[in-house]
Amino acid sequence: MTEAADNSTFGIQCDDLSLWYGSFQALYNVSTQIKPGIISGLIGPSGCGKTTLLRCCNRMNERLGNVRTQGRVLVGGKNIYDADVSLIELRKSVGMVFQRPNPLPLSISANILFGLQLHDGRRLSRSQQAEIVESALTEVMLWDDVKDRLKMKATGLQLEQQQKLCIARLLPLKPAVLLMDEPCSALDAEGTEAIEELLTNLRGRYTILIVTHNMGQASRISDECLFMLNGLLVEHGPTSQVFLKPRDKRTEEYVEGRYG
Amino acid sequence: MASTATSSLTVPAGSARAAHRLAGVRGVWWRRFWLLREWAMVGLIKLCGISSILFVTAIFLFILCEGLPFLRMGHGIHEFFATSDWYPTSQNPTFGILSLMVGTGAVTILAMLFAVPFGLATAVLISEFCSRRVRETLKIVVELLAAVPSVVWGFIGLKMLGPVIVRFTGADTGVNALNAGLIVGLMSVPIVVSIGEDALRAVPDTFREAAEALGATRWQMVRKVLFPAARSGLLAAALLGVGRAIGETMAVLMCTGQSIAMPIDGAFPYLHPLSSVGTMTATIASELGEVEAGGLHYRALFLLGSVLFLMTFIVNLTADLIVRGIRGKK
Ligand SMILES: Nc1ncnc2c1ncn2[C@@H]1O[C@H](COP(=O)(O)OP(=O)(O)O)[C@@H](O)[C@H]1O
Ligand SMILES: [Mg+2]
Repeated sequence: MTEAADNSTFGIQCDDLSLWYGSFQALYNVSTQIKPGIISGLIGPSGCGKTTLLRCCNRMNERLGNVRTQGRVLVGGKNIYDADVSLIELRKSVGMVFQRPNPLPLSISANILFGLQLHDGRRLSRSQQAEIVESALTEVMLWDDVKDRLKMKATGLQLEQQQKLCIARLLPLKPAVLLMDEPCSALDAEGTEAIEELLTNLRGRYTILIVTHNMGQASRISDECLFMLNGLLVEHGPTSQVFLKPRDKRTEEYVEGRYG
Repeated sequence: MASTATSSLTVPAGSARAAHRLAGVRGVWWRRFWLLREWAMVGLIKLCGISSILFVTAIFLFILCEGLPFLRMGHGIHEFFATSDWYPTSQNPTFGILSLMVGTGAVTILAMLFAVPFGLATAVLISEFCSRRVRETLKIVVELLAAVPSVVWGFIGLKMLGPVIVRFTGADTGVNALNAGLIVGLMSVPIVVSIGEDALRAVPDTFREAAEALGATRWQMVRKVLFPAARSGLLAAALLGVGRAIGETMAVLMCTGQSIAMPIDGAFPYLHPLSSVGTMTATIASELGEVEAGGLHYRALFLLGSVLFLMTFIVNLTADLIVRGIRGKK
């Protein structure tokens, strides 16, 4: 997983992926391929394993002691569960946005620079830092809102701005993949719209896998859709096909049930 | 108050039912008695609740009243606070507590130099770096440390640590500020650990996840996220350690060497840990039993006690306010 020439070529491939929390099996033999450079939506009822699958892709599940994973997850062709994979490198190239915005209790610019300063031994000059902060914030359409208060604590921002910041702080690390776990569930309608607009802006430059239980959102922003139920990946296809001509009976019921 | 309807609102439902049933059998006087008893119990509980406030206030006022007359007995405020000669039993007694305050300060500083890094490191280990079982074991061990009686600590300092200090430093005596500092430091570790761990636990897990998802190692996460986020709680932990160290008596009495000395000077390293010192607590403990009630020396000791009380009170109050501030914000 070296410096990617074209980041968007990193897809995610799951091979026969199963996961247990203690003795409870949360994922059953999930196999699929997330195409690079597009937005894939992950839908399904609450508790079906969406968050779990997402967290397999940057090995965040391992923070919990009692998790056992079986199978392979390939990011950019490399199995991230191999023994020689560095978690640090993995998390640099696979960024994650959480359900509740969780900016660090530091200033706005410190949040943006946090990732770089973890990894880069050399110090960045003032002007380099300013440049990085500006470009990251511009990319998430937050620059104009906060450019006068970059030294302010990030935890004091509005939720929508916090979530944008949480996306922005991933960008200086030049990730290939962005994992998002219901990034709008803590936001109001306006905030949701803003994040969706931002996602559309990022489309094509990153491989994005986004969990949502808002069907409208999935149909609006995703190119492909994955439907999960009880730890099984039931269906994966182009969004229009999943919503309009689902192949599986269970997908159909879920999609219609939520519409009706 | 007399009607059943009211009583069922003011006492727990189950008891009200019982009262009602009893009332049917034993009549209205029984019910009145029952309610009165209820009222008395609540009153008693409230009294116990506020009694701690009364006790603290009463104790402080008592000490102060016993001590303040000292200032009208020919030894002024200046001698008391600004001179360092505490010779209460000499021909011309002098009562300067400066050396005692410096002694207490020296022991406290040495203790904290030891207890704060050691205690906070243990807190970080317990809250961030170990499995559940190791964590529980460590916590029990740390609590055991707190359960050792202070006279036993004093014994360890006097008989075990003292000779070691003499061997390694060539000091004249093993009972000195360093000895007491190390012992009191060990005694303060448990409180630093437990409050420090609380502070670290109070940091939401989402911060940890955020840092780790950006590729931070555990230690980077601790240093760059946890420490800043838990800063005030960790400060409170250190302050409570300070409070513990200032107030410790028995171990200090046994380990400091009890001599009136100023272990400081203007040149580096400013503090001389190998000098024997006297502290406020140990002085009171060792002298109060032998003084004549109401006399000069007696009054001086009580005034010294008031100063000590104020110092520990302020330190503990500050720490408590910080801790409460954190809880309030959450
Ligand atoms: N840390 C955990 N320990 C044990 N079980 C868990 C844990 N996290 C999630 N689960 C269980 O795994 C299943 C899938 O959870 P999750 O992936 O969070 O679902 P979703 O995100 O789709 O709502 C649920 O049944 C949940 O109870
Ligand atoms: Mg979830």
